[in-house]
Amino acid sequence: MYSEHGYELLSSKGIKIGDRVRVKRKDGLVVEGILLPRYSISKKPTIVVKLDSGYNIGIRVDTIVDIKIVKKEEVSLKGEAGSPAVMPLIEKTELPAKKPLVAIIGTGGTIASKIEYETGAVKPAFSSEEILEAVPEVGYIADIHAESIMNILSENMNPEYWEQIGRIVAKYIESGIDGVIIAHGTDTMGYTAAALSFAFQKLPVPVVFVGSQRSSDRPSSDSALNLVAATLVAAKAPFAEVVVVMHGEPSDSYMLVHRGTRVRKMHTSRRDAFQTINDIPLAKVYPFEQKIELLKEPLRKRREEELEAKIKFEKKVALVKFYPGMEPEIIDFLVDRGYRGIVIEGTGLGHVGDQLIEPLRRAIENDVVVVMTSQTIFGRINMNVYSTGRKLLSIGVIPGEDMLPETAYVKLSWVLANTEDKKDAENLMQRNLVGEINRRHTYTVYPRWLY
Amino acid sequence: MIQKKIDLSKIDVTKLGLKVGLEIHQQLDTTHKLFCECPTKLVDKGEAEWVVRQLRPTRSELGEVDIAALFEWRKGRLYKYFAPLSSSCLVEGDEEPPHELNAEAVKIGIAVALALNSKIVDEVYVMRKIVIDGSNTTGFQRTAVIALGGSIKIPSGKVIGIQSIAIEEDAARKLREEGRYIEYNIDRLGIPLIEISTDPDINSPEEAYETALTIGQLLRLTHKVKRGIGTIRQDLNISIAGGVKTEIKGVQQLELLPKVVTYEAIRQYRLLEIMKEMKKRGITEDLVRREAKITDITSMMSSSKSRIIKRTISRKGSILGVKLPKMHGLLSVEVQPGRRFGTELADYARFWGGVGGIIHSDELPGYGISSEEVDRIYDALNAVKGVDAFVIVADDYIKAKKALEAIIDRVVNAIKGIPRETRAVLPDGTTKYMRPQPGAARMYPETDIPPLEVTSRLIDEAKKIKPPLPHEKLNELVSKYNLSTELAKQLLRDVRIDLFEKLVETYRSRVSPTFIASLITSTLRALTREGVPTHNITDQHIEEIISAIASGRTTKEAAEDLLRFFAKNPESKIDDAIKQLGLGALSKEEIIEIVEEIIGEMKDEIKQAREKAFKKIMGRVMSKIRGRADGRLVAEIVKEKINKILADSQ
Ligand SMILES: [Zn+2]
Repeated sequence: MYSEHGYELLSSKGIKIGDRVRVKRKDGLVVEGILLPRYSISKKPTIVVKLDSGYNIGIRVDTIVDIKIVKKEEVSLKGEAGSPAVMPLIEKTELPAKKPLVAIIGTGGTIASKIEYETGAVKPAFSSEEILEAVPEVGYIADIHAESIMNILSENMNPEYWEQIGRIVAKYIESGIDGVIIAHGTDTMGYTAAALSFAFQKLPVPVVFVGSQRSSDRPSSDSALNLVAATLVAAKAPFAEVVVVMHGEPSDSYMLVHRGTRVRKMHTSRRDAFQTINDIPLAKVYPFEQKIELLKEPLRKRREEELEAKIKFEKKVALVKFYPGMEPEIIDFLVDRGYRGIVIEGTGLGHVGDQLIEPLRRAIENDVVVVMTSQTIFGRINMNVYSTGRKLLSIGVIPGEDMLPETAYVKLSWVLANTEDKKDAENLMQRNLVGEINRRHTYTVYPRWLY
Repeated sequence: MIQKKIDLSKIDVTKLGLKVGLEIHQQLDTTHKLFCECPTKLVDKGEAEWVVRQLRPTRSELGEVDIAALFEWRKGRLYKYFAPLSSSCLVEGDEEPPHELNAEAVKIGIAVALALNSKIVDEVYVMRKIVIDGSNTTGFQRTAVIALGGSIKIPSGKVIGIQSIAIEEDAARKLREEGRYIEYNIDRLGIPLIEISTDPDINSPEEAYETALTIGQLLRLTHKVKRGIGTIRQDLNISIAGGVKTEIKGVQQLELLPKVVTYEAIRQYRLLEIMKEMKKRGITEDLVRREAKITDITSMMSSSKSRIIKRTISRKGSILGVKLPKMHGLLSVEVQPGRRFGTELADYARFWGGVGGIIHSDELPGYGISSEEVDRIYDALNAVKGVDAFVIVADDYIKAKKALEAIIDRVVNAIKGIPRETRAVLPDGTTKYMRPQPGAARMYPETDIPPLEVTSRLIDEAKKIKPPLPHEKLNELVSKYNLSTELAKQLLRDVRIDLFEKLVETYRSRVSPTFIASLITSTLRALTREGVPTHNITDQHIEEIISAIASGRTTKEAAEDLLRFFAKNPESKIDDAIKQLGLGALSKEEIIEIVEEIIGEMKDEIKQAREKAFKKIMGRVMSKIRGRADGRLVAEIVKEKINKILADSQ
């Protein structure tokens, strides 16, 4: 990787990343420090040197008149800057003897991470010990068993990974554990949470997704408190549902518990990016007080039923957003490629342009299940109000009620994988299975904007 | 035996192997902040959000945990941020990643670097410097070195080396501390700062002052820096031979620098003397660890008349004491004027134990503790009066215990020398313990911000705003504007030198540079000394006054009264001010009228005294005109009229 950045000059002299070097520039500048790898690409070949003051600076290769090794492999390279501190557990408190047992499954989110100094990369730290070192409070709530099962970026998730995660969660639950936490990247956490919601419609313990909006390599990270709250929910919540636990507001005050089928990432960067849409969150968690406050009636109570897992998802399902001027061939393409389901994110109450009516009719005639949701995100589909809606209903488009488009997509993927009959599939899409459909919207389920 | 009081006249700190390095932080006057589009202005009012956060300690590159940070976290410290909407956005709130590095700030930094002959780096890397006192919402300060090396010549002729020049973000403004909360206003967070660090070439308090002054002048000559209280801050690194490099934070007044340097040199010198005395008395780490046992003396003190003791007992607190073997008398040894070794111990007790303070044997009997009680404490602690010392703390048991543990550690360290400390400056120039010095390597790369390539175009642009060196500027002020050297020097020290140049540019043909310069420097300073609230006077006020003089709407003589008026009525308009004060310039006819009136009253005197009457008449006329006319014009008219009368009478 270094050759393209001008590091070939160095390798010819036997200089390696991590060596202490003295560099002399044409204009007489002499610097001594540790040679670092670049973490970004520059147009001109440049090397990066860490000075003794801790600062990094870049020096262009074509200005260097001399470079030599002062010392091979400086030891300070082995540190893990920014990683959470190893702390003795909070003084003068006895750990409770009998604690619930909680599994923490890593999928690539960074609950605890270390900066690998040699590459500058943030690497997840995921042994049980590492987690307890970084977030000792967790140890007061539960005994934990941590396992990293994959290390992929949130955006690289797919239905096969959902199945893989689901199978491992099922294994833990069958072993009698008191709760499962899944550390997940935040970008597609909502999709995976919805997927497991449909996969585990009968569940004895909570399955809790958690992530962080500020990486754990910084003191202000939200990851530790989110994990503490998630552990509380996994270990002690009275309900047994698939949920997402993340910050409730920019302050480190409380975390919200969102139902997996109702949650959406609504902001690119804020700590409280995750919100329950078209409903209110299930609960509030106060991590400092170690308190869970229910905001609504749970679907299932803890330890009320045995696990029933149907962990299968259909890949040939598409989520298509309608836009003005959209051409019909986009739908035709999906039908011709053998897609079994299409979720449309239509306009307003559930509409698409006239040009799409024919290709959608053809899709439905070819046994594709077509479900309508709205790109307004908030509110319910109603295709009886305007003529376009009525036309779509008459050709067999299924109104997706108030389901989130993403949830409808995951649900259709699950339904088509677990149902042979198209009619059954269409019925299931309109039935509330795990809280994904809310028939009653009160004033409180829409945000007030602050002006 | 060591003298208890410091005799300042007997210590010449320049003979102690004094070495001082300065770090000067100056806010830049850029249009927006370093990593977002917010304006660089402070606001106290208006729409705002409150955000409450905690900060968790993280590891440095070397795997170290900042002990003070860990400590704050363990205390359950929470930070409350006041986020005014007009001066902060999600970036300051740590709710949005930083935007790219503000190129304007880098450009100003490079311009200063060029003036100091520093070598500019080819690529600027933003680093995260861990700072967990809550003053940064992220828990780190973003900072980037842009140049290395260089030097500056100070007025004495000595050349002081420059170590590095960095551009960094300013921290949030601390508002108050209450219980476990520390409150900050994040309006200041993210304002660009330039940090200039000198080599430890400074060897006297005066050189520290001169260096800070010269660098400050250079920065002002960019015309791109903020001014006013808190916009420039000096940190110092001070050591003496045998001492240790001590960091002193946050000196805001230049005048205080020599004192801070002197007092720190003295502190280190005195601590070394205490060390020698301790060794002479045979105090070893072993001895202290063995004999300094923390003992609960609460029940023994239960009938004490002391208010502190009574209050602690009524609150179910504890009185703990510890013997400090063979330390009798050493706790009252002064290390800085008014601060004793006992004060240093109390600082540690406050920081590490969170207690209000300590009581030690060298100040007893006192605090309502009787001499019988003192004797009993000696007995209870197994200490011998006149040989050992003791410290007692009255507070919650755990706090008091931690406080005494910190004191034992500090005493043990006193045998070894001077601990590495970061100290905070106090208003009188003495300092107090703030925290242990953070490890050298608490920096790691800010991966959210791409490195900035220093292009030749950026350097060319910086060259255009490169400030002249202060001594060059001095020559220019004298030769170009005909200022006296003294006035030019004053101007060079003044924060309003940029205003001077702007005003001279516009009004030079009608108002003399000397007048403008003295208005800005000596007149304003005199008014400040008088107690006039000159901080209310804006550049705009001054410009309006000069403009009114230039257009003949008022006179130079009225300027001082107008400044006084604006200081008390900053919202007023210049024309109203002139009208209200009756300071409008008189027309020539009006002057003639006044002159004739007075001359009429004094005709006989004139005839007798002839030309000698001039002075007297001028005095009367001027007192009547009260600054509403130019003195030269009045003198001309008076002379003319006297001559006429004299001519007529012949
Ligand atoms: Zn901002």
